[in-house]
Amino acid sequence: MTQERTEDRLLQKALVGVGRLFFTLFVPVTAFFIFFKIFIFLRDGNAPQLVMTLIAIVWGVGGVAALYFLGYWLISKLSGKWNKSLLPYLFVGPALVILAWYLFIPTLRSLYLSFFNDTSMEFVGLANFLYCFTDEDMLISYRNNLIWLIVGTSFASGFGLLIAILADRSKFEKISKILIFLPMAISFVGAGVIWRFVYEYKPAGEDQIGLLNAIYTAFGGTPQAWLMIQPWNTVFLVFIMVWMWTGYAMVIYSAAIKGVPVSLIEAGRVDGAGEIRIIAAITIPYIKGTIIAVSTTILIITLKIFDIVYTMTGGLFDTDVVASMQYKQMFAQHDFGMGSAIAVLLFIAIIPVMYLNLRQFGQQEGFK
Amino acid sequence: MAGVRLEKIEKTYPNGFKAVHGIDLDIRDGEFMVLVGPSGCAKSTTLRMVAGLEEISGGKVLIGDRLVNDVEPKDRDIAMVFQNYALYPHMTVYKNMSWVLKLKKKPADEIDRRVRQAADILGLTDMLDRKPKQLSGGQMQRVAVGRAIVRSPKVFLFDEPLSNLDAKLRVQMRVEISRLHTKLKNTMIYVTHDQVEAMTMGDRICVMELGRIKQVDTPTNLYRYPANTFVAGFIGSPSMNIVSARLNFDGDTCYVDSQNLHLRIPDDIGKKVRQYDGKAIYFGIRPEHIHARETNPEAADNFFNMEVSVVENMGNEVYLYFTPGNSQYIARIDPDIPVRSGDSHEMWLDTNYIHLFDGETKENLIYKPKTQ
Amino acid sequence: MKKRKQRVNSFMVNGLLLFLCLVWTVPTFGLLMTSFRDRDVVSKTGWWTVFTRPDQAELTLDNYEQVLSGKTITLVDSKGNQQTVKGDNLTRAFLNSLTVSIPAVVIPILIASFAAYGFAWMDFPGRKVFFILVVALLVVPLQISLIPLLRDYGRLELTGTFLAIWLAHTGFGLPLSVYLMYNYISQLPRSIIESAIIDGCSHFGVFWKLILPLSVPAIASLAIFQFLWVWNDLLVALVFIGSKPGVEVLTQRLLYLIGSRGQDWHLLCAGAFISMALPLMVFISLQRYFVRGLLAGSVKG
Repeated sequence: MTQERTEDRLLQKALVGVGRLFFTLFVPVTAFFIFFKIFIFLRDGNAPQLVMTLIAIVWGVGGVAALYFLGYWLISKLSGKWNKSLLPYLFVGPALVILAWYLFIPTLRSLYLSFFNDTSMEFVGLANFLYCFTDEDMLISYRNNLIWLIVGTSFASGFGLLIAILADRSKFEKISKILIFLPMAISFVGAGVIWRFVYEYKPAGEDQIGLLNAIYTAFGGTPQAWLMIQPWNTVFLVFIMVWMWTGYAMVIYSAAIKGVPVSLIEAGRVDGAGEIRIIAAITIPYIKGTIIAVSTTILIITLKIFDIVYTMTGGLFDTDVVASMQYKQMFAQHDFGMGSAIAVLLFIAIIPVMYLNLRQFGQQEGFK
Repeated sequence: MAGVRLEKIEKTYPNGFKAVHGIDLDIRDGEFMVLVGPSGCAKSTTLRMVAGLEEISGGKVLIGDRLVNDVEPKDRDIAMVFQNYALYPHMTVYKNMSWVLKLKKKPADEIDRRVRQAADILGLTDMLDRKPKQLSGGQMQRVAVGRAIVRSPKVFLFDEPLSNLDAKLRVQMRVEISRLHTKLKNTMIYVTHDQVEAMTMGDRICVMELGRIKQVDTPTNLYRYPANTFVAGFIGSPSMNIVSARLNFDGDTCYVDSQNLHLRIPDDIGKKVRQYDGKAIYFGIRPEHIHARETNPEAADNFFNMEVSVVENMGNEVYLYFTPGNSQYIARIDPDIPVRSGDSHEMWLDTNYIHLFDGETKENLIYKPKTQ
Repeated sequence: MKKRKQRVNSFMVNGLLLFLCLVWTVPTFGLLMTSFRDRDVVSKTGWWTVFTRPDQAELTLDNYEQVLSGKTITLVDSKGNQQTVKGDNLTRAFLNSLTVSIPAVVIPILIASFAAYGFAWMDFPGRKVFFILVVALLVVPLQISLIPLLRDYGRLELTGTFLAIWLAHTGFGLPLSVYLMYNYISQLPRSIIESAIIDGCSHFGVFWKLILPLSVPAIASLAIFQFLWVWNDLLVALVFIGSKPGVEVLTQRLLYLIGSRGQDWHLLCAGAFISMALPLMVFISLQRYFVRGLLAGSVKG
């Protein structure tokens, strides 16, 4: 009698256990199934655009949040010890997996591919790199990138500092800062359109619709096709970047300048220094660290610059830079070996700058 | 309610640093125990081990009679008040106080009752709808205390709760917390680096240094009978004058000799330190036991003429600083006695209140502390 | 004497500042004016003639209508020839950009916040090593990942899907996002989190109910960054969307306009302005957070 009852109870327990297990498996499996179905629908379905947009956004955003909840739900089913040691990986795991897939492993794979030929079938040793350092187009792209680095960084940083200093002493600080800062919100492509319009060229005799030529001819010059004059065309492209990134430099310098202790400046005044002297001898040395941090940030941007060149000239008239050469190798020549080799070079060039940059930023304060 | 017992508690950090060296402490049910010591003495670490926020490397923590080493903080039936209040900035005072009860899935009417009760005790009733940043420091700390009260825990833990407040408010809150203890009668463990707080609030005080307990006793006993030079120097302000010296016996009469002092010690004390004849020791005397000669004209010995280097007038009392040789003494005297810095003044040391410490172990030679 | 000197100074300061502001603003302004001008005059006279010869200004909204609706428009040019011009459907590209941007902003920030909390407040083996690795990945230019990823996508049939580009932006945005979120989250007072844990909150609860609400300023900064980055991106879109027409984003469409209609300035300008409208609005209204974000750390490029 009692025996039977215990058996009953055991059976019951087992059934509940199986039920629970089934449920625990059922939930994630269904969830994944639903995610997948929506994915297929989004890829191949043809509902009205607006509907697709909404579904995609809800699916993408909600999906990720739901995955975390699902993960937490599963982990909380585990016993205390497992729960405790697995939970941290629920937090950092997804980030690590994505980073591994998107950045870490690709770096290694690119390194590997760079030793192979265009179809990645044949080992070619250092041939790709050799090509990178001998091919004329590549050498021109290095020269151009160097122009980008030097002109872009110094002008963006220099203008930024100048404007920050001026704005600090002006009544119109706020509005002028917004105006200078605004181009940061514009895409490189959009900036390209804006500046094509500035650099536009019409033969002499016609009305100039490009601003630069209009001014140039007004002062008696003959109209110029600015983007075809080598090597100055690269400089003209660089100015687009300067136009966009000066605002960035200015904002950070401005904050740094406001951080210079008033007592220090007053001490300078008491000692009889003029305004320019104070800027040169107190302000700039005081914000030296910031200047390095900003300049290195801009340096990295210029190293990787791609969009401006691609939109404005497509690399014609010897305006190619390293990143656009890489894009060309990849998608015009379909030479994956070469494309990877160029990417690896870019990577190597960035490392020391980034090191400097992070170190400098590390010394400053975080979010406030 | 319940007491808390620490048995041979140890804390070793992963980098090998040993912060707590086997502490034994028995906190009685309903007692207000203060852990005090300079920074780095591991008082906070000890408290955090009781709370369960810090893993315990060795030994046992018992709350009531339950071993809680592996119990989650939320299940230990404790409440903690932090130095920086730790209020949830995005929640109102009411939500700050009710959240814990909501997490415990208490019924809504009970939550409301308990929150209002706590708010009433602390005078927060008018502020329940405010956000923390609309409160002053003192109010924020009151909310933090309120958050602890609503849980009605077995043990309250305070981690330097008054350190962020200004001096005036600190005194006021000190009284309020003491009053709260009288009212609630819970066990409370209170960590502070401020010996005044420790003296004024604690039923008993546990003085710590470098991860070890130096003495546990009532405030009065700590002050009168410090077990070692550390406690002697730590408790009391201005702190006790402690100077290295030598004991010399002339027959049965005991003398303490330091650079320029030659003190005769009362015979009943001398008897206790007979075996230290000729040995290096430390002697200590509290500032209030160095008197101006005027207050005791009959004194036959133990007076000295010393040059006053600094006079600090507090209004109700005056501190005199003497720097004979390379030692420094502070005396606390009546403000009516006219003394100016630079003067030489005759001072009398009341050796009835002298403390003698072992030259090596720095333990008190005269008073043996009670074991707890 | 002193006063006079300062006035001259401030005159020079303001004058120079005004000049620089003009230089910085005029190109954009020119584009804006052009986008409202009739197609016939755009390629014949400079936009500034709107002001120098206001009688010939002929401002119109046709360009925007053409660019947005995509309908074919028949025009008669000055010589009397009939011409049909197909408009461009930027509405679709606009919606696509939106579809790409919103999840590509939310997903990395969510994942980064989780990771940042884990790194800042949880204890697990390998915590330090992993975190250093994540920060070290800041140096990797995304160019290096394009080829390997394109191959993976080909195998997984992901190329040209929204998921593909969301994940790509997530991957490329994560190092900076984790770094910035870590800076913020690790500086929240420890006692708040401990207090919640004593109150009986799990790490998961602490994260949702405490950390996320408290991190709003940091999240806002980061979100603007990531939004501008994603919305303005061209390279990632070119590589992972390619020329799949249904999925093309604004920047791609604009590039196509430049390529195929380099001379149709009126369309180009209107198109460019449409692509800028949203980021400019976001930017101006949330500028405060953006600046805070800039000041917090470096910037992805």
